[in-house]
Amino acid sequence: MSVPAGHPLLEVRGLCVDYGAGPDAVHAVIGADLALHSGEVLGLAGESGSGKSTLAYAVTRLLRAPGMITGGSVGYYPGPGTAVDLLAAEEGTLRVLRWSQISVVMQSAMNALNPVLSIGAQLTDVLHAHRPGMSKAARRARAAGLLAMVGITEDRLGSHPHELSGGMRQRVMIAMALALEPQVVIMDEPTTALDVVTQREILQELMELRERLGFAVLFITHDLSLLIEIADAIAVMYAGRLVERAAAKALFRAPRHPYTLGLLSSFPALHGPRQHLTGIPGSPPDLRRLPSGCVFHPRCSYVMDRCRTDVPALVPLAGQGNSEAGTARAAACWLQDGSSPPPPELAAPAPGLAGTAASEPVGSWQAGGTT
Amino acid sequence: MAVGSSTDLGATQGADLTPPPPGQRAGRGRLRLPRSPKVLIGLAGLAAFIVLAVIGPWIAPYNPSRTFSTTLSFPQAPSAAHLLGTTQQQQDVLSQLLAGGRSTVLVAFVAGLAATVLSVVIGVTAGYAAGLADDLLSMLANFFLVMPALPLLIVIFGFLPQSQGGDDLLIGAIIAITGWAFGARVLRAQTLSLRNRDYVQSARIIGERGWRIIGFEILPNLIPILASSFLFTVLYGVGTYTALAFLGLVNPNHLSWGGMLFYAQVAGAEQSGYWWLFIPPGLAVALLGTSLALLNFGIDEFINPRLRAAGLSRRQARRVQRDQASQTGQADRAGQAGQTGAASLPRRFVLGLTPVIHSTPLTAVNGAGNAKFPERPGTDTGPAPDGRPDGAGRWRGRRRP
Amino acid sequence: MTALHEAAPTPSTSTPLLEARDLTKHFVVHGARRGRAALPRMARASRASRASQGGPPGRPADDGQVVHAVENVSLALDEARVTAVVGESGSGKSTLARLLCRLIKPTAGQLLLDGGPVPRSGRGRREYARRVQMVLQDPFSSLNPVHEVRYHLARPLQLHGLDEPGLSLDDAIAKLLERVALAPADQFLRKYPHELSGGQRQRVAIARALAVRPRVLLADEPVSMLDVSIRLGILNLLGDLRDRERLAILYITHDIASARYLADTIVVMYAGQVVESGPARTVTDQPSHPYTQLLLSAAPDPDRASPPALDGRGGPPSLVRPPSGCRFHPRCPHAMAVCATATPPAFEASAGHLSACWLQASDLTAAQASPLHPRTATTSPADTSSNDEPGGGDDVSPDTR
Repeated sequence: MSVPAGHPLLEVRGLCVDYGAGPDAVHAVIGADLALHSGEVLGLAGESGSGKSTLAYAVTRLLRAPGMITGGSVGYYPGPGTAVDLLAAEEGTLRVLRWSQISVVMQSAMNALNPVLSIGAQLTDVLHAHRPGMSKAARRARAAGLLAMVGITEDRLGSHPHELSGGMRQRVMIAMALALEPQVVIMDEPTTALDVVTQREILQELMELRERLGFAVLFITHDLSLLIEIADAIAVMYAGRLVERAAAKALFRAPRHPYTLGLLSSFPALHGPRQHLTGIPGSPPDLRRLPSGCVFHPRCSYVMDRCRTDVPALVPLAGQGNSEAGTARAAACWLQDGSSPPPPELAAPAPGLAGTAASEPVGSWQAGGTT
Repeated sequence: MAVGSSTDLGATQGADLTPPPPGQRAGRGRLRLPRSPKVLIGLAGLAAFIVLAVIGPWIAPYNPSRTFSTTLSFPQAPSAAHLLGTTQQQQDVLSQLLAGGRSTVLVAFVAGLAATVLSVVIGVTAGYAAGLADDLLSMLANFFLVMPALPLLIVIFGFLPQSQGGDDLLIGAIIAITGWAFGARVLRAQTLSLRNRDYVQSARIIGERGWRIIGFEILPNLIPILASSFLFTVLYGVGTYTALAFLGLVNPNHLSWGGMLFYAQVAGAEQSGYWWLFIPPGLAVALLGTSLALLNFGIDEFINPRLRAAGLSRRQARRVQRDQASQTGQADRAGQAGQTGAASLPRRFVLGLTPVIHSTPLTAVNGAGNAKFPERPGTDTGPAPDGRPDGAGRWRGRRRP
Repeated sequence: MTALHEAAPTPSTSTPLLEARDLTKHFVVHGARRGRAALPRMARASRASRASQGGPPGRPADDGQVVHAVENVSLALDEARVTAVVGESGSGKSTLARLLCRLIKPTAGQLLLDGGPVPRSGRGRREYARRVQMVLQDPFSSLNPVHEVRYHLARPLQLHGLDEPGLSLDDAIAKLLERVALAPADQFLRKYPHELSGGQRQRVAIARALAVRPRVLLADEPVSMLDVSIRLGILNLLGDLRDRERLAILYITHDIASARYLADTIVVMYAGQVVESGPARTVTDQPSHPYTQLLLSAAPDPDRASPPALDGRGGPPSLVRPPSGCRFHPRCPHAMAVCATATPPAFEASAGHLSACWLQASDLTAAQASPLHPRTATTSPADTSSNDEPGGGDDVSPDTR
């Protein structure tokens, strides 16, 4: 899955998204910094209320009111010399952009299919809207080709959504998202409602398609263990802020933020000795009543006085841990500010480049769990 | 973390995109209706009419049945003595209006109450019991639903002795007979849905008995629908009672707005232009009905959060923009060179597009700045970006039919 | 840190607290109410079952047919042991839970409580409710939103009596809350469910189940709808209850990793049947049934060095027309001729480790053992499975039971 680093396709800087206006506004995303490079799979992990879905939809301006963007910038760079400010773009530009350049597979997308139309009709609809020059026969052929791409036989073109299983409907949604060969595909929990086996099949097909067509994927999910397997780089969000960003294996073997550490130890291992795990005490905060200082400090076992008052910024960290595509390693934690060495669980040496043998895994959730 | 669409009181689910609902209900006894203008107007109107029903006869300037003259035979136009004129029988219209309100409102509420009780008993039982009981009760409700109400009432009232034709409670009860079926069907449907909810299953697992489940687990969750159904039936009662009185089926000596309309028709008010005979009672009925309907809409929004104005009102958004602009105005002026200042200009709010209150413009990439995106995606926008291996798809500008 | 408590690998010789023998449940497809049913007993059972819970929807062509939701399942729940039932949606695990807590009646088979048959009378059912309790999947809907926490916990105590006569109701409730680590108790008593987080609600649901002091606790996917970071808290609580209070716990899940973490015994279900069962670590480290192997290779595992190879594509079969013989044979890469004709019995792969797979048989003839699916170079595409079940097959949404 190693793809040479492409240039940054989608750059989000300091994005702020609120729900509602005025003093009652809920800050769903605060100062998010992300970069999606071409050919990369960037995973966005977080629990409920972390703002991951909000971020994705705000980037494509699909977020419905009362959501609104209150700061930051989003730039789309399809090629050297071209740049599109997505936040300043007109409706026409966005309509052209959406789906032909950036497509979105939404949560429970399989329920987004129109139940009264056949899937062939819905696929050709997409083509008709964006490629007015295509003839009807060409559209039909392309739709058949798209279905074949995701492993569905052509005779299903006339089927209606209720005649297909959940996994097949999700495949149709992926085919629709790829119909215009976009550069960026944003997927919001695409496989959460599916069985484990179907999920694995679909993800494998998706990765194969990615190798062939070369699009970049922004994959949003709460299942961090899945992301570690399929993503190149992972960004972890908590209560609207990005708390850590690193290459997938580096995040797994050498986390730098206590929340990441806790999250990693919330997934019991499938093999190896059984250890007592504790997860993270407490629960995700209410977005209307965020704690002062670092939003994670009430649940953090390494909390210091400074954490209660000052908000740590997402700072790049030196050393290995950058993904090949170029996502820089960063963490938002006062433990990493360099004033004193962080605890050993948060200072494990980052593994080498993917493919080379990593050093002895020192991820603390193997060595004994958090207290 | 699934998103549910539940009509239970206060049940919300934590999906990422759902903003926390404002003014969340806090359980029994603390129902807080949304402060939309609809609800307030409706509530105010209804309250006014209820007050009128209570004190109407007392504040009427004259006795409604008092005749002022035995010589005049035309209805008199409004004057200083009679603010709304007189009827053909020389009775004061204003007094009749104020006093007639009591009967109308009373009958409507009695009808509403009786019909609601009937619909609860039949509808909820049918929904919970299922099987044969459900089939029979549904058949009963369907029977009453398809029966034409007005002809039936005409027949019933035709058989009532005249003396009883003036009893508000009786009239209300009879009207209720034709008005319960709709509510019963709605409640049955809702009960069927609630029956399979997890908390009802949990109650059964704990060992609660059937009647207790209906009364304490299901009914409290039906209260918003019940309230809406009640108001709807009251509205129906107002209309039906007025219609019956207008047709003269109710004892004419019994004062009501419908009765006033009856006499207005007898006097040929419309043809002769005696507007004060039919406009005041007609308007009163219409206003009462409108208040009930508005209140009903308000409750509908209460039940279904999606009907609430989820959008951002323009005024709100403009206010926020102004705040932001003034806050960052200093920063912008002192800020970096090359900023066009386009960030703080108000944007057109396009439906379906996320509004952007404030944003930072992109710093130029390779000096290209904010290039306009090509309209026709088929045109070749130049060589593929560096670093992408050929096999990974140099598709742009190539695969076109 | 200390390793988890490891239960003895040999099956306990004491009587299991709750035992199911050859439990079977068939649902009649909707719309077939007045259609033919295969056996009169099935029709009675299906009518009763529809009164409590409808079966899953089927295609119009299936009218009059039967969904074989659970087929010949035998299970034993021992004291101080956690038994995990792992399966995907459509495997029948939720139906099994409802059968075990007697929300629905089985079509065939029997339940044994403490070795004796379960009583059918009303009083007997309450006794059963006292001994066997269930925690449901969705914390957002398993508590009635109109009642406070105090009401939820008081009801079971009032229904089944307090265990310690000297204790007041409030004290008993406070003790319950402490048992599930919701402290200080008085902070939670007056709260409504929507004021609690998902994890707290689930703890209240567990406390409610514990209020009657059951011996057996059935947990139907208790953590699937909770945030990842709080799942472990609930799982550890269940482990605590097993150790401290020696409850027999049935943990139903689709996540085999959490089953491995918590359970002593794992039972794997596929298409309504048990395919493998045994000590947790043995089943996950040395799975002997091809379906278990498929599950384990598909489950996310960050430690994996390379992407897994999936053996056995396609979806779960239709439960209306299940495949003959072993229900997994259409997808099984090692399927043999005998697999399509005869249902495999439970073979003993090792001590306490049972696997219902003909591969374990040692005395098959050559004809029986001939492979059904000759391996081809390419993996088969997703939709070649002729048994694709529309609508209900793949989803793990809570609506499909």
